[in-house]
Amino acid sequence: MMRLAVVGRAPRSRSATGPRAVSAIQREPKRSLSPADQERFERTVLPHLRAAYNLARWLTRNPEDAEDVVQESYLRALRFFAGFRGGDGKAWLLTIVRHTSYTAGRRGRAAQATVGLEEAMEDVEDDALGPEELLLQKASGAAVAEALRELPVEFREALVLRELEGLSYKEMAEVTQVPIGTVMSRLARGRQRLRRLLQEHDRGGPA
Amino acid sequence: MSCGEQTEILLHAYLDGELDAARSLEIERHLSGCARCTAELESHRALRSALADDSLYFEAPDHLEKRVRAELRKAARASRGVPFPAWRGLAAAASLAAMAVLVWALVAMGRTPSREALLDQELVSAHVRSLMADHLTDVPSSDQHTVKPWFNGKVDFSPEVRDLSGDGYPLVGGRLDYVDGRGAAALVYERRKHAINVFVWPAQDGSGAGQGEAAIRGYNVIRWRRAGTTYAAVSDLNMAELRELVRDLQR
Repeated sequence: MMRLAVVGRAPRSRSATGPRAVSAIQREPKRSLSPADQERFERTVLPHLRAAYNLARWLTRNPEDAEDVVQESYLRALRFFAGFRGGDGKAWLLTIVRHTSYTAGRRGRAAQATVGLEEAMEDVEDDALGPEELLLQKASGAAVAEALRELPVEFREALVLRELEGLSYKEMAEVTQVPIGTVMSRLARGRQRLRRLLQEHDRGGPA
Repeated sequence: MSCGEQTEILLHAYLDGELDAARSLEIERHLSGCARCTAELESHRALRSALADDSLYFEAPDHLEKRVRAELRKAARASRGVPFPAWRGLAAAASLAAMAVLVWALVAMGRTPSREALLDQELVSAHVRSLMADHLTDVPSSDQHTVKPWFNGKVDFSPEVRDLSGDGYPLVGGRLDYVDGRGAAALVYERRKHAINVFVWPAQDGSGAGQGEAAIRGYNVIRWRRAGTTYAAVSDLNMAELRELVRDLQR
């Protein structure tokens, strides 16, 4: 019980000999994809390239980064495919795309607008509704796109996953790795913020 | 039901058709008597149709699929040492490939980094990042009864949290992190100013997170599994003392 159950030697090289390599083989006999798995990968993951690109594009806000993210995500997906136990390939792939987008961002590109928890909490004050409601109906796609682009990333990703990719709350919770309650409040706040941005842009000058 | 933040949130779930029948009825009853919420719902419905505009969807360029397929073929070829030609029509070669996998596993294990090696890299990166970004803890507390409940609702499991002050490894706090493709709890301990991250996440079958040790760029990593949970301790602390912490945690 007290015994430390680890191999007692830190492997300094990746030599194929040695106890660690042997046990790794025993533990992971299926690390390389079988043809059946390849076929399954092509059927369940590859068709979601369109969604992968759209999400990556919205998260990185840059076409070149988005392409790199998609490619990197597919390579990761292939690597981790053995751990994918069926279910929805789209949500699974988008989870990887989202994570890859953020690691790409951390490397220095694509600065993310994030919002602190406190700020998110106080973000419930509401704007008066009025004739501006009409503006939403006539808002051009370009104006909406611009406002969405400006949203802090957790709201942006929530709206993209819901409105553009049509994910359910449950799938969104899976992709963004948060409880459903958080998904719900992010969507509500994201839409409020988006609406406010559209109203501000509209007031701010000629459309 | 009255107007308020909760109602507001439910209104959106109602709009999205994500409420159960009972809740939907409740909202509808509220809407029938509340002009403000009705206007709010209509406003968001309009916003939603504005978001449905096709121009908002970024279509992948035509060359991307080709590029991705080529990269996948290359990656598969590199990792298994056998060609990975057309994706389709390979099912018949299944048994042959199974042999090839075995041969590959024996021959190529040393060349390509194993998933465990990749995971260890990722753990070290997460550890370094937690120090770099000055974001070691989300919940700074040496009290295990503060740290453990803090994780409620933030991760989908309940990590075991123990203060080891008595053993010379005081608990400093906890943090959310992301390793092995999922959310993980990071428990932070300290030993003579050395920060130690203990990452905790549910064991995933097929994932290579078994037990083992590694030394990467001056950081030591010890991984182990217990009761369906994967643990990994990462620190610049020497291996002997890190092992001692792990022993204490496994007690």
